[in-house]
Amino acid sequence: MALLQMQRIYIYALNKDRKKILDLLQRREVVEVRSMLKEDSVFRRTEESLSVQDFEKNIAIAGEALTILDTYEKEDKSLLSALKGRKELPLEVFDSFSEKYDSVLDKAKRIIYLSKSIAEAKAEILKLQTQIEILTPWVRLDIPLNFKGTKYTSSFIGALPRTWTLEELYEQLAEYMPLDINIVSSSKEQTCIFILCTKDNKDRVFETLRGMDFILPSITTDISPAEQLSKLKDQFELSELNINAAVEEIMSYVKDREDLYFLQDYDAMRIEKYDVIGQLLQSNNVFIVTGFIPKKDGEAIKDELTSSFDLVVELTEPRKKDDVPILYKNNGFSEPLEGTVSSYSPPGKGEMDPTMVMSLFYYLLFGLMLSDAGYGFLIAIGCGLALFKFRGTMERSMKNTLKMYMYCGIATVFWGIVFGSYFGDIFDIVGSTFFEVTDLPVIPPLWFFPVEKPMLMLTFSMGFGIVHLLTGLAMSGYQMAMKKDYKGIIYDVGLWFVLLISGIVLLLSMKMVTDILGINVTMSDRVIDIATILFGLSAIAIILTNGRESKNPFKRILKGLYALYGISGYLSDVLSYSRLLALGLATGVIGSVINQMAAMTAGGLLGPIIFTIIVIMGHALNLGINALGAYVHTNRLQYVEFFGKFYEGGGSVFKPFKINTKYFKVKENAK
Amino acid sequence: MKVNLNDFGIVLAVIGATLAALIPGIASAKAVSKGGIAGAGVITEDPSLFGKVLILQLLPGTQGIYGLLIAFITFSQIGVLGGSGDISFAKGLLYFAACMPMIIVGYSSAIRQSNASIASMGVVAKKPDQFGKAMIFPAMVETYAILALLISMLAVNGISGLNI
Repeated sequence: MALLQMQRIYIYALNKDRKKILDLLQRREVVEVRSMLKEDSVFRRTEESLSVQDFEKNIAIAGEALTILDTYEKEDKSLLSALKGRKELPLEVFDSFSEKYDSVLDKAKRIIYLSKSIAEAKAEILKLQTQIEILTPWVRLDIPLNFKGTKYTSSFIGALPRTWTLEELYEQLAEYMPLDINIVSSSKEQTCIFILCTKDNKDRVFETLRGMDFILPSITTDISPAEQLSKLKDQFELSELNINAAVEEIMSYVKDREDLYFLQDYDAMRIEKYDVIGQLLQSNNVFIVTGFIPKKDGEAIKDELTSSFDLVVELTEPRKKDDVPILYKNNGFSEPLEGTVSSYSPPGKGEMDPTMVMSLFYYLLFGLMLSDAGYGFLIAIGCGLALFKFRGTMERSMKNTLKMYMYCGIATVFWGIVFGSYFGDIFDIVGSTFFEVTDLPVIPPLWFFPVEKPMLMLTFSMGFGIVHLLTGLAMSGYQMAMKKDYKGIIYDVGLWFVLLISGIVLLLSMKMVTDILGINVTMSDRVIDIATILFGLSAIAIILTNGRESKNPFKRILKGLYALYGISGYLSDVLSYSRLLALGLATGVIGSVINQMAAMTAGGLLGPIIFTIIVIMGHALNLGINALGAYVHTNRLQYVEFFGKFYEGGGSVFKPFKINTKYFKVKENAK
Repeated sequence: MKVNLNDFGIVLAVIGATLAALIPGIASAKAVSKGGIAGAGVITEDPSLFGKVLILQLLPGTQGIYGLLIAFITFSQIGVLGGSGDISFAKGLLYFAACMPMIIVGYSSAIRQSNASIASMGVVAKKPDQFGKAMIFPAMVETYAILALLISMLAVNGISGLNI
């Protein structure tokens, strides 16, 4: 339940060591670089955005090349590879990559060029194919398609729709004899013809042909169609050869995939570094790094730097005005929920880290909403196995997510046993359907079945909510104690505690309320009297004190009254916890529905098989939907009801200067 | 022919139960499809957001499930799923009324929730790291569906114990 203390760090060093120092800082990942000093006539910041643009472009080129490689040979990425984390490489590999850099980039560019030329060749092949298709019917013609005739003759080369016989054609053109008509080829769709007539009949022959829907071929050639065809076929083959060669060359680059990934990481690192360089103050020979460092790492980094370089490191406490970054420090149980807190908002100035307290409730609330031992077991085992299998290499964020669900799963098992839910009522259904068990339930709940006593469950849910809300109020008091706001502790927290608890006692003393909730509460009259008096007194005190920032007494009372009206907020907050009942019941009842549907099919030889299929599919669906619901509504209860009582946030998370790579990470030899 | 009014008790109860499955189901289908259309747009820009967008799309899908739940509880209480279907007219009417919160609130909250979901998808598209906050907005709408579910569920459960 804590945040790490931060210090300001100043490093004054020589420009000649700049690369080495920055590389070291980047690998240590403990310094968040911030601009803290002003530019003057000697020390200036330099603009580095141009080189950053270059790196970004190269990352994009490598990315494109990788996508192309992927289309030719799919990389075997299993679902689990995301769990594996980044691959570790020794430092030397990182350092020596600059020698390979240009050749790898050239390879990437070459891959892109090849894929482009393949696309072009494919377009060319398409074009050639249509030309070949058009020419094929003309292949028996031994003169060029653009032959117009001789000195005394005119020729018509073209196609008529449908099949024509020679006789039919002579019949149509009989009046223009002498004529020579040749049918080059004929099919159902068209008849390709070559007609030679005397020059004086040219126009009239053409008119007649037009009447028969004569069309000219859509390409013309200076050489005979057969020759042209063989030429096209040569070109076709050439294009195909080109494509094959290019594909082969691309395939030969598949082994360089790692290098391309590495190039992306290498440039990502350089971008990070140049971003930092852009924030440094530099003179001709000296540069200054300024930023924040966790106090625990300060001295170590100072020793490491001063022992290997000529420089000065200065560590000071942060100033009052500083917007100090937040670095959480929690034990393994609470750590997974740091992200959940951050996604609401990291703790603001002077606020405590609520992760620890929240984590207790978080797992319990999730478990209550899913509340099925079977589902919880599956979640916990799945996450546990993944955590174990990839324990060495998994990234921290993935590890935390899995850990969070594992704890949620364990809590779900707990509540599932308490409320007797195992995949709905699978044991009862299997027992009564297949084994004729009559002694139901097979496993009785530790406490009670919520379906049978929903009002008791509702009471329990709201009771749980009251504990959660009062804890939030107590946290608010703790925070005020840290700020030494003792008035606030009494007026804004203490009085409310008295008001709320005495209010609950009064409510429970009413017969109407206990009847609705279906519980029995016996209290002596004395207790009720005390509660009444305390309730009245604390209400009056709240009216008098909660508007204390206003000087005007009239305004003060009005504000106090409004603050007291806030009790209705508590009412709706508590009612909000009824979702624990609703979502918990939803899981159990839908589970039972699935089991009953499956049981209906259980007769006959195939029965057990269909039963199993329905059970597996149904429960997978139910688990998915209800786990989603439980997750969302746990967050809601934490963010809205719990955080609403004490937490504002508004800080910023510590973002150290680090190696933000995607695929590889540096293996440190010694630290 | 003499009509016995009490024969219609079960009819009313079944109408109520089927409407509880029907109306919120229709609304959820509508709401999820709206979310899907918006989500598909986000995915074209950044496919890596699929998981987050999917959650936002699915949020208004729960009303249909709540409706189904009420329908099922009602069916099992009135003996449609095995048992005797002997229900008085008044009891049938009560079951019908008990389904009403889920039917009406389920319908309207699913549609409203999908509007909030779509707006949150806009947040996620521009600032993926703000997913935690974006998710809460549609979840706030769902509260009322849950309250309706709760009342319908308690009412259906309670009616079976009434002696009319």
